[in-house]
Amino acid sequence: MGTKIVSKIFLNPEHTVFEMIVEAPLIAKKAHGGNFIILRIDEYGERVPLTVADFDREKGTITMVIMAVGKSTTQLSKLEPGEQIVDFIGPLGNIAHIKKYENPVVFVGGGVGIAPCYPQAKDMKEAGNYVISILGARTKNLLFWEDKFKEVCDEVIITTDDGSYGKKGFVTDRLKELMQQRPLSHVIAIGPLIMMKFVSLLTNGENDEGLPKVPTTVSLNTIMVDATGMCGGCRFQTLHGETKFACVDGPDVDGHDVDFNNLFKRNSRFVRVEKNRLEKYNEQCKALEKYCEEQE
Amino acid sequence: MPKVEIIKERTPMPHLDAKIRAHNFKEVALGFTEEMALAEAKRCIQCKNRACVKGCPVEVAIPEFIALILEKDYRGALKKIKETNVLPAICGRVCPQETQCEQYCTLGKIKDSKPVGIGRLERFVADWDLTNPEEISPEDVYCEDVDDDRVKVAIIGGGPAGLTCAGELANLGYSVTIFEAFHKTGGVLVYGIPEFRLPKDIVQKEIDQLKACGVKIEVNRVIGQILNIDDLREMGFEAFFIGVGAGLPVFLRIPGTELNGVLSANEYLTRVNLMKAYDPEYDTMVDLGKNVAVFGGGNVAMDSARTALRLGAEKVMVVYRRSENEIPARREEYEHAVEEGVEFHFLRNPTKIIGDDEGFVKAIEVLKMELGEPDASGRRRPIAQPGTEYILDVDLCIMAIGAKANPLLTKKTKNLKLNKWDYIEVNEKGQSVSIPDVFAGGDIVTGSATVISAMGAGKKAAASIHEFLTNQ
Ligand SMILES: Cc1cc2nc3c(=O)[nH]c(=O)nc-3n(C[C@H](O)[C@H](O)[C@H](O)COP(=O)(O)OP(=O)(O)OC[C@H]3O[C@@H](n4cnc5c(N)ncnc54)[C@H](O)[C@@H]3O)c2cc1C
Ligand SMILES: Cc1cc2nc3c(=O)[nH]c(=O)nc-3n(C[C@H](O)[C@H](O)[C@H](O)COP(=O)(O)OP(=O)(O)OC[C@H]3O[C@@H](n4cnc5c(N)ncnc54)[C@H](O)[C@@H]3O)c2cc1C
Ligand code: SF4
Ligand code: SF4
Ligand code: FES
Repeated sequence: MGTKIVSKIFLNPEHTVFEMIVEAPLIAKKAHGGNFIILRIDEYGERVPLTVADFDREKGTITMVIMAVGKSTTQLSKLEPGEQIVDFIGPLGNIAHIKKYENPVVFVGGGVGIAPCYPQAKDMKEAGNYVISILGARTKNLLFWEDKFKEVCDEVIITTDDGSYGKKGFVTDRLKELMQQRPLSHVIAIGPLIMMKFVSLLTNGENDEGLPKVPTTVSLNTIMVDATGMCGGCRFQTLHGETKFACVDGPDVDGHDVDFNNLFKRNSRFVRVEKNRLEKYNEQCKALEKYCEEQE
Repeated sequence: MPKVEIIKERTPMPHLDAKIRAHNFKEVALGFTEEMALAEAKRCIQCKNRACVKGCPVEVAIPEFIALILEKDYRGALKKIKETNVLPAICGRVCPQETQCEQYCTLGKIKDSKPVGIGRLERFVADWDLTNPEEISPEDVYCEDVDDDRVKVAIIGGGPAGLTCAGELANLGYSVTIFEAFHKTGGVLVYGIPEFRLPKDIVQKEIDQLKACGVKIEVNRVIGQILNIDDLREMGFEAFFIGVGAGLPVFLRIPGTELNGVLSANEYLTRVNLMKAYDPEYDTMVDLGKNVAVFGGGNVAMDSARTALRLGAEKVMVVYRRSENEIPARREEYEHAVEEGVEFHFLRNPTKIIGDDEGFVKAIEVLKMELGEPDASGRRRPIAQPGTEYILDVDLCIMAIGAKANPLLTKKTKNLKLNKWDYIEVNEKGQSVSIPDVFAGGDIVTGSATVISAMGAGKKAAASIHEFLTNQ
């Protein structure tokens, strides 16, 4: 008994970003944009939170887009279709708030954060909104799902840090242009913390350029254990001095009320340990490969 | 009446040596041998008024099972206990006996005499059974292939309350399914109470016995998220028992709780117990500290402190705002912690956690307290002594200052009446006062209590569910 992997596709030549579809009918039935799942690869695995990037209620599948950054995500990237994941829990967290707004709704997706924007963009479109997506990546190779977004958005703006595709620059540059051009009703930003921080600073109505305030939702990826509000490991500070739990109060929260500086620190909690873990795992993988080659 | 012989001293419990055990996760209390059990059983004077039974929340037939031990009928003793307590191997280990059964034992009332070691005897009988398993004939148990026209009952939460309720209902012939949020069943027994106090294979054996009785267990099901009670009703479940515990961590409201190296006991213990962070085979990470401060004085604080020692801390301090007399922990755990080298800083209250530039804890500030008049809980209230603050070097802080009701499920269950602390309001039968087919028990009704009281609530609710479904 486990959760079967239906497909795995690498989205970049370096094989660090991949889309994984798994069979989880019950979860697929209930999932919405904004939700996440937790998986444990095997008996020795840790609990890894990943956002629901798409779902198919009929086929009973859940799609995730994952970046291999450490031990667990690297191990996950090596699993093949047909293999099983021992634990798969969800849907967790709150459902994204969807409604009809007067002015355009803008999604800002950075890196793997592009993926979780998709189901929300789709729902926003269905709710009758004018939807604009700004998809940003470091370089062309790391960009994915452009076509999928084009199907559900009125406008898709691409930007890369190095200019290898779309416009050169950061997602915030593009967002600023939009804000200067026309009124916007809502911004949803999902991506690296630093990106979400700068988007929130741009939209909070307190910047030098006199840009208007635009309500902004960000998706927090704090370090988690249970994701049911039981451990408090995922806690973050609001600018009002409150402590909240990302797993049950979020993961989507008001970007204008997040103490990002504290969050940077909290997410570096295990940095030293994690690095050794990945090195050890890579060594083991190499040793295993070598052994297999020798046997042949 | 023949004169009874009073043996004042208890048979000592063998323990792992404190210096050695403080560095491993092996069980600390080793359990009685048969000779020891017989010697201790002999101390019971079989009181007519069965004083001890009144102290036990589920009224285990104490004198009767002890009499059976003396006859060396250990299986009989076990059956006697199991009439009211389905998890004796666990209760024998973790019940706070000194405030329950043993507090009322007649022998304890005699000058210089100690109560009978009821918990230890209970553990002996249960362990004996686990090492000498009974040949069970198929007729004795409900098999897994029982035809499923039986009435379906859903149990939400696989802690002691839920497990007990499930077991009772299975024996009454219901088709029972437990829905558990974590990947393992057991509740606090698996994620909270550490291996060195309650080996996890003992909990697992009890759970396996339930499965053998036909109880179905669905792990990884966070009810309120994947399914709610309305969904379950639609799936054909006719009654519901909510036993989701009191799992909301409490953090002190002092500056610095956002720092790395400050964590709830829930998180710390879950990483170590459920996720086995102490075993290098596992990927789980946990914060390691050289100088550890644990805030609180209950079982959770003792477990956290002793866990920190075992993970290699050089110095572990329990900081508690009242005095030694007020600590709510089981006496035995406190004594074990002292033997193992945990330092106790009584009458101290943390006022500030101080961090370094990278956001990690480096020290705490504590304030001296004095005891004043008793408060509502009957314990003397600690009073702050302003100006007495001082700094302690600490690189890990664990908050073990209590838990509250986790609202995840209760808030998502329409019309479920909660009290002002967000615990579920039930009548004397354990039935929700607002939704007739919903029953509840354990910590989500009472707030943090004990394993045996949660079990008692599960058992009571099972009887009420049976009554409810029969009269329907
Ligand atoms: C609600 C939620 C949704 C998420 N959704 C996605 C997703 O859709 N796709 C995806 O690729 N990742 C997602 N993440 C992040 C993902 O869970 C982590 O990258 C993963 O747990 C890292 O595990 P690891 O063992 O591979 O790396 P580790 O060895 O644990 O860490 C490697 C590096 O990643 C950093 N890191 C560790 N945990 C996190 C975290 N929770 N968030 C950010 N950085 C972290 C570490 O500081 C370290 O630098 C999500 C996290 C949360 C909490
Ligand atoms: C560290 C620690 C040490 C303790 N030591 C002792 C001791 O020595 N002696 C003693 O008598 N008592 C002790 N206690 C207290 C005792 O463990 C509890 O009172 C008892 O476990 C309560 O049982 P319960 O069944 O109500 O809840 P829990 O044991 O908390 O179990 C609740 C279960 O429900 C699950 N759950 C929660 N939400 C959901 C959901 N939405 N859907 C599905 N499942 C859900 C949880 O994952 C959990 O498995 C200790 C507690 C702790 C934390
Ligand atoms: S269940 Fe607990 S309180 Fe009751 S007799 Fe056994 S040890 Fe004592
Ligand atoms: S009160 Fe003590 S001595 Fe009397 S029956 Fe109970 S255990 Fe035995
Ligand atoms: S992950 Fe444990 S409370 Fe949020």
